[in-house]
Amino acid sequence: MTTGADTIRIDGEEIPFTPGQTIMDAALAAGIYIPHLCHYPGLPPSGNCRLCVVEIGNRSAAACITAAAAGQEIRNNTPELNEARQAITQMLFVEGNHICPSCEKTGNCKLQAMAYHLGMLDDHFPQFYQRRELDASHPDILLDRSRCILCDLCVRASRDVDQKNIFAIAGRGTNAHLIVNTPSGKLADSTMATTDLAANICPVGAILIKEKGYEVPIGQRIYDRQTIRETGLQEHVERKNDD
Amino acid sequence: MINCSSSFAHEHLLHRLHAIQQQYRHIPPHAMQQTASEFNVPLSQVAAVVAFYSFFSTQPRGRFDILFSNCTSCGYLTGERNLLQMFCQQLQVTPGKTRADGLVSIDETSCIGMCDQGASLLINGVPVTGLNAAKLTQIAQLIIDEIPLQQWPGAWFDIPDTIHRRDLLLTEHLIPGTALQRAFQYGVSETLAIIQQSGLRGRGGAGFDTGKKWQLCRAAPGKARYVVCNADEGEPGTFKDRLLLREYASALFEGMALCAFVIGAQKGFVYLRGEYRYLLPHLQTTLERRHDQGLLGNDILGQPGFDFDIDIVVGAGAYICGEESALIESLEGKPGIPRIRPPFPVTHGYLGQPTVVNNVETFIAAAHIAARGSAWFKTAGTPSSAGSKILSISGDCEKSGIYEYPFGVTVQQVLDDCGATDVQAVQTGGPAGTLLSPAEFGRAIAFDDAATGGSFLVFGQQRDLLAIHRNFAHFFAHESCGFCTPCRVGTQLLKNALNNIAEGRGAAADIDELQHLSRIVQHQSHCGLGHTAANHVLDGLRKFPQVFSLHLRPHFTARFDLDQALASARQITHRDDAGAHLDNER
Repeated sequence: MTTGADTIRIDGEEIPFTPGQTIMDAALAAGIYIPHLCHYPGLPPSGNCRLCVVEIGNRSAAACITAAAAGQEIRNNTPELNEARQAITQMLFVEGNHICPSCEKTGNCKLQAMAYHLGMLDDHFPQFYQRRELDASHPDILLDRSRCILCDLCVRASRDVDQKNIFAIAGRGTNAHLIVNTPSGKLADSTMATTDLAANICPVGAILIKEKGYEVPIGQRIYDRQTIRETGLQEHVERKNDD
Repeated sequence: MINCSSSFAHEHLLHRLHAIQQQYRHIPPHAMQQTASEFNVPLSQVAAVVAFYSFFSTQPRGRFDILFSNCTSCGYLTGERNLLQMFCQQLQVTPGKTRADGLVSIDETSCIGMCDQGASLLINGVPVTGLNAAKLTQIAQLIIDEIPLQQWPGAWFDIPDTIHRRDLLLTEHLIPGTALQRAFQYGVSETLAIIQQSGLRGRGGAGFDTGKKWQLCRAAPGKARYVVCNADEGEPGTFKDRLLLREYASALFEGMALCAFVIGAQKGFVYLRGEYRYLLPHLQTTLERRHDQGLLGNDILGQPGFDFDIDIVVGAGAYICGEESALIESLEGKPGIPRIRPPFPVTHGYLGQPTVVNNVETFIAAAHIAARGSAWFKTAGTPSSAGSKILSISGDCEKSGIYEYPFGVTVQQVLDDCGATDVQAVQTGGPAGTLLSPAEFGRAIAFDDAATGGSFLVFGQQRDLLAIHRNFAHFFAHESCGFCTPCRVGTQLLKNALNNIAEGRGAAADIDELQHLSRIVQHQSHCGLGHTAANHVLDGLRKFPQVFSLHLRPHFTARFDLDQALASARQITHRDDAGAHLDNER
């Protein structure tokens, strides 16, 4: 059961890694899917959703923020971990106000796709029914905090790729919420454009491009055609300043 | 203006926001914008900081701004009455809402570290302890008469120290300079070796080898190195740093300078919890005295090239800042969200540079060890837990206060000494620690047994342990930083689940549910807060199952209270008569 100097083992499968790669990087490169919502290859990892928590020996660690190290014996696709992932997905559902049947994102939504992937059949936990502010001020972009899962992807995309730093997360505990970096706090007063990565990277229906309702009919949407596992293995942000 | 931070060369963002909060009783939008441009940080960062720390608000607080501690020891729920409720009625205030005339606001806050002083509150940031109905009635009258705090009875602001047992560290004061003189004699390597040989481990709770930490920091490449003292003593039931900062601050600063000498740092910070802001003048005076004595500043004690200075940064109400990487984020003027670890602060800490973060007690112990040697330190304690531990003891006992014991003392011995009889349970290490049943009172206070960062809460037979669990769950839900899903949502779910059980809406299945939820919060969370937030629930379910099962309803599955759910409808229709309620037979 020994692994080589530059390999790790995930669920028994030995895969290579290069120094500096995280477990997630190495896994995705080798075609092994570790469920994730807040991670998007090409953006710096955050580690907030905790779906990608794996077990290394007797400790738990989020694969997206843990460096691959020679000889790691990692458990990923186990019933216990997938059960925990389902519970975390359920937590995200009950914390926000997710209106799948009437949400424009349905079929393209990663939270919804993750729920299907993990075999989630109900919310399990009681709903929070939190009141969260909606920002419709921008002519082209809608920000509905009710559907936000605080994954921080728009924050990183806007800061690191769009170079606009439009978003941040503020507030503690369940008061955590997305804020807009303008004096009014409104999106209309920002320089956000529909072509920004931040306007397109939202995994759920919290940031939506206006006037583009149902261009792709339900039944032909991303996760109608493939599973989140398949998209998860293909995604990568093209960064202008990648060298 | 009220701005005690003006003496700092570079004003800290938290200090500026504190000054603004003092001036306007809240942080208005224009002040946030001005601060953002002056500090050259994004407005969103200032807004996120304001939203993160409990002592900042975006809505005006009262001219008399009152925060009752809600700790199980210094909280407002005394055996007889709810002091918060009583006080709110006296002043006609709704908790959490500033009175319309702006005179007064009353709310609650997490433990303010006055657990040996009885029920306590902060008024405009200053603690008033030993509260009872009579004293609160007097306070209410002073507020109604708008008498400034300076004219209130001075004795109300005295916080008597209650040291009941002294051992290695509290017996004799360190003579200023003696630890540093010794260190200069020995040189860096030998001094480090002495700290390592002493077996000193971090006193904050985690118990990391102090000498090892200093050695790693010294060896880490960096442009500069930093010494940080974690004086963010937020674990409910802990107040030993309050005493140490008041009585032993000079030894603390000597320990920090010693660390600076070993690791090669020129700059140190004390991160003081906002609840202890009242100690700031005393700490600054002590720093100035040490400057005058040549124990801080340039060429300390004539040692050429050994320059070291200490700034004090005052927090603003966030338990999570006791986590070392969250503390560093806060030092950098950001919300206290724990970093990704590794890398650890010892290689990538303050401003990304190698940083030692140690507890107040750890630095003081290090100073004594340098002065007296590692053998002296090892005369007390056990092989794996050398030296002494300063305990903050409170709750249902005759003599709450500070007790310094050699490591290895049994829980029962501690209980005997503090006059605790008829004890139902002991919580060591605060809500994040361990709940001990009487069968375990033979266990020892030590890193590898009943570990504690200092908190030792005694619960007598008359206590409702479920109420304690609810209190703890409420604490974690309130203090979760909100970064990761399992802690942000899970602590809230745990709080709601315990409320349901206590309010008679729990069924047998809810016990399994508590277990399930607790394990997810414990295993999947990002940092130590989440990893420990469910400990008390799991301990309670294992050791005191009847505490939970007593409240359960047989054959009852609905968590949902339909009548309660109709409350908002009643509010809208302005009805609260019998006809607006369901037949409430449960």
